[in-house]
Amino acid sequence: MKLLKYTPILAAAFLISCGGESTENEENNTEDSVDTTTVVEEVEEEVEKMTGYSVGDYATDFSLKNIDDNMVSLADFPEANGFIVVFTCNHCPYAVANEDRIIALDAKYKDQGYPVIAINPNDPEVNEEDSFENMKVRAEEKGFTFPYLIDEGQEIYPQYGATKTPHVYLLEKTEEGNRVAYIGAIDDNTNEPENVTEKYLENAVDALIAGEEIAVTETVAIGCSIKTKE
Amino acid sequence: MRNSIVVLISLFIVGCGESTKENNPVIEEEIEEIVRNPINVVEGDDISVEVYDFETIQPFLNKKNDKVNVINFWATWCKPCVAELPYFEDLGEKDPDVEITLISLDFPKMIDEQVIPFIKENELKSEVIVLDDPNGNEWIPKIDPDWSGAIPATIIYNQEESTFYEQSFTFEELEKEVNKFKTK
Repeated sequence: MKLLKYTPILAAAFLISCGGESTENEENNTEDSVDTTTVVEEVEEEVEKMTGYSVGDYATDFSLKNIDDNMVSLADFPEANGFIVVFTCNHCPYAVANEDRIIALDAKYKDQGYPVIAINPNDPEVNEEDSFENMKVRAEEKGFTFPYLIDEGQEIYPQYGATKTPHVYLLEKTEEGNRVAYIGAIDDNTNEPENVTEKYLENAVDALIAGEEIAVTETVAIGCSIKTKE
Repeated sequence: MRNSIVVLISLFIVGCGESTKENNPVIEEEIEEIVRNPINVVEGDDISVEVYDFETIQPFLNKKNDKVNVINFWATWCKPCVAELPYFEDLGEKDPDVEITLISLDFPKMIDEQVIPFIKENELKSEVIVLDDPNGNEWIPKIDPDWSGAIPATIIYNQEESTFYEQSFTFEELEKEVNKFKTK
């Protein structure tokens, strides 16, 4: 885009300094401008392809296999006021770094009506560590207190629009359905939990519980891209 | 604005060949090495890795050179990142007009255990630096407003424009994208 902005200046410079060459260079600049436009259009197409929920949308329910071999749906929790849906997995260091925080979230909020529902969105054939059997092993090692579901067939995560692990969707149960209230990170410091200054997700859940507006409804953090076969 | 001045002056020199002498300092500034103010340097095994936060890493994202600059965000534990690294390496080696910088998002405490051995084993030729800035929510949108934070991710830029990619590349895809920046 910069090029477009400078084109008239460049052309003017040639006119002033070396008038004879200006025509040729103006032509070159026109060609360049066309190229720039093409690139911009392609980028816009990519953005349009991105799907998934925004805050305010209603999230789909699902029926996914839990590590206890039972199927789990959001409809199985009639007493819940909402859900902390976390797309997470075994293999990703960023997901692992958040495991204790996810356990703590379930301990704190399940009784307040907001249980954690963890979903592994990765294709286990891409990374054996994320297999259903290894999910059972990891849940046992860490003492998960919440469902840890496998997105078999990988049909649920694209509907939510999850792109990485960990990726959190806070849902609020309403008469119209499970409304997306917050999307993003658990807090502002994955690497060093002791140096967290903003607990984005907890702030959002607390606001829902208090019936207040959520101050920060979307955040981003580095994560592992969700693994699919080509 | 400084860019445009440099370009303008370059054009005057090319076009008219008169003002070469008095404009030399500007040309020198153009090819000047980037300012390096790492927040930490981790050394081991004859390899030294500079660590930057988002503020100090800025010069790498705004190089004032005549090349196509390719910035790849990766980590040693990220399988699709590691899978595409050879393509970045090959392109950097094959094409002198392309400058590759590999920005590792490995946890800082893992640099000597993971990053340095990885560089050595894979004989990486592109420069590897580490970005250590914990609050992604602050800096990720500054790289690109649409970046979800998933890696691998890549920026390709030159003096005129910059494009961000949240995707994996094949060698052919990477070369094709880089070449788009050369037709300018």
